[in-house]
Amino acid sequence: MTEAGLPPPGLILVLGGLVLPLLRGLGPAIALLLPLLTLAAIWAIPTDLTVTMPFMGQYDLTVLAFNPPTRVFATIFAVMAFAGALFAHPITGIDSERGKRWRVELPAAFVYAGSAICVTFAGDILSLFIFWELMAIGSTTVIWSAGTKEAGRAGYRYALVHFVGGVLLMAGILAKVFALQSAGVADPLALHHYFFGAAGFEGLSLGTGDLAAWLILLGILVNAAAPPLGSWLADAYPEASESGTVFLSAFTTKTAVYVLMLLFAGTQLLVYVGLLMAVYGIVYAILENDMRRILAYSIVNQVGFMVCGIGIGTAMALNGAAAHAFAHIVYKALLLMSAGSVLYMTGKRKCTDLGGLYHSMPITMTCGIIGALAISSFPLTSGFVTKSMINQAAADQHLALAWFTLTAASAGVFLHAGIKFPWFVFFQKDSGLRPPDPPWNMRAAMIFFAAVCILLGVPGLYGPLYSILPFPAAEGETLYAPYTVPHVINQLQLLLFSGLAFFALLPVLKRTLTITLDADWFYRRLFPGAWKHLVRPVVLAFREFFDYLFNQIPQMLKDTVYSPPQETRVFKEWGLGGAMVVITGFLFAYLVLGYIAA
Amino acid sequence: MSLEDPQTIRKLWIVSLVVLALLVLADFWVMKDPHHHAHFGIDGSFGFYSWYGFGVCAVMVLVSKFVVGLILKRKDTFYDD
Repeated sequence: MTEAGLPPPGLILVLGGLVLPLLRGLGPAIALLLPLLTLAAIWAIPTDLTVTMPFMGQYDLTVLAFNPPTRVFATIFAVMAFAGALFAHPITGIDSERGKRWRVELPAAFVYAGSAICVTFAGDILSLFIFWELMAIGSTTVIWSAGTKEAGRAGYRYALVHFVGGVLLMAGILAKVFALQSAGVADPLALHHYFFGAAGFEGLSLGTGDLAAWLILLGILVNAAAPPLGSWLADAYPEASESGTVFLSAFTTKTAVYVLMLLFAGTQLLVYVGLLMAVYGIVYAILENDMRRILAYSIVNQVGFMVCGIGIGTAMALNGAAAHAFAHIVYKALLLMSAGSVLYMTGKRKCTDLGGLYHSMPITMTCGIIGALAISSFPLTSGFVTKSMINQAAADQHLALAWFTLTAASAGVFLHAGIKFPWFVFFQKDSGLRPPDPPWNMRAAMIFFAAVCILLGVPGLYGPLYSILPFPAAEGETLYAPYTVPHVINQLQLLLFSGLAFFALLPVLKRTLTITLDADWFYRRLFPGAWKHLVRPVVLAFREFFDYLFNQIPQMLKDTVYSPPQETRVFKEWGLGGAMVVITGFLFAYLVLGYIAA
Repeated sequence: MSLEDPQTIRKLWIVSLVVLALLVLADFWVMKDPHHHAHFGIDGSFGFYSWYGFGVCAVMVLVSKFVVGLILKRKDTFYDD
């Protein structure tokens, strides 16, 4: 079925978000309705519907199409936008300090969330790219809206990394489009040409002729936060506001998971990338002192499970990756809401400054612990019925390295996030802090997501989630049965002995006022340092020589050959980032205008 | 009863260790279950998940702290101007 004139559901959030600040006092209430409207639209649209619109005369952009993982990702993105809006609600009115921030942060978060949903509905590579870039603009604005100097700088670094990632992706897409065009393909933008997957990608040589798939993969892996391309995550996310970080945790990496699943399912390289991410996240989280940076590193760890599942590429593995993305968004947002509530009520974010908060923040603590149990995949929580599918797929394919590493990482999750976060924040020592639980809207958002974490893990209640996975079970068959006696007992053994290791090694885990250098050191210290202490002095020393070489000699040559009339410069060079913003803005405006015209 | 009280902590340790011991013994029961099967040999052996969970976590903590931490750890004011 093809129909023109129906907008992709994500645009409700994108456009609605931009109108919110104009609605004054009504804005916060409408902000809660928009995600629900989007969710209803996602479910009301028939799965065989595609909507296209003409683009640049010769192409059609497919702005609405259902791919196998579309529904599960779009659904959780919309639910997340709702819970995030509830958590960010400016209880004290939109003219208070919090309200002023809300007027920037929430519209940006809705543009971000809405374009993430649009990515999941994109039926061609160009509309996917347009919304991919719009996400970067929305998320950067979310970081900046925290209003601190640190957030300003971290947001700037974040934007630069993401625009470089966007350029890699665009370069790969263009290389592929030109290759397809010269091969005489009529629809070079159609997504199916970009399904590199097992056969398409593994068949590639590393030669220059096959750069397209590599560039596209690299561009996506930047957003998936795969090390060493992913240090932006732990650098930028914890600098956002207490509600900004909650939004940020959900969309960028999981959209990357969605796109990887679509384009690179079965690419063996991703098994190893995923394992690296899972272990890297644990090691860095163990060493970290800032509670939100612990949780940021644990995003990388969890996305590693999904990326590994995509690399395995069987129906079980892809279902597992999609289901785990769904569960992960909920429990990670819950953990960051819990941490955000602590930050909001105490103004403190370092484990060394916190402790003993169980005395006065029972709801925040309980919800935080539920999130911690869910991320650790405890039986009766969402993680138990989702992550285990990926482990099962590794076992089914006899991938020993993958299985033993994933199992180790599952134990490590409990260690670095499941116990470490609640222990150091709510127990550990009595810091003397006695803040009450946060305001009602923050409590409500936490209780909502805590309930989802538990309900999804209850036997019999995870069925609806399983039914919207990319490869649903055939009539009368079971997709996956998580609740068997060995699985429950083995999981408890793994986790509780991991807990024993935590408490046995507690003296070693004692928090210190330190950070651990990551790949962002290269662009925060090495490159600026090299410029300041090496390149610049050399350039200055050789200035006369260079002036002669690059200015005077060419000038002499020019004068001898040709004397042009005096010209004034009418254009100014643009930085890559600025140019990308403008181009994305144009493409988006074109899309909206094109839709209105259609 | 306060969680800071050494008496409480002692009791919690005892209860935890009993639970852990019972969990290891549960393998006698698990290994008779029809759903129990090993994919790689060792993962089906008695007590595997218990010692593996403890072992890998201990290794990860020690490697993080004394290898990665030793090389890459800096004061948290490192990036401040």
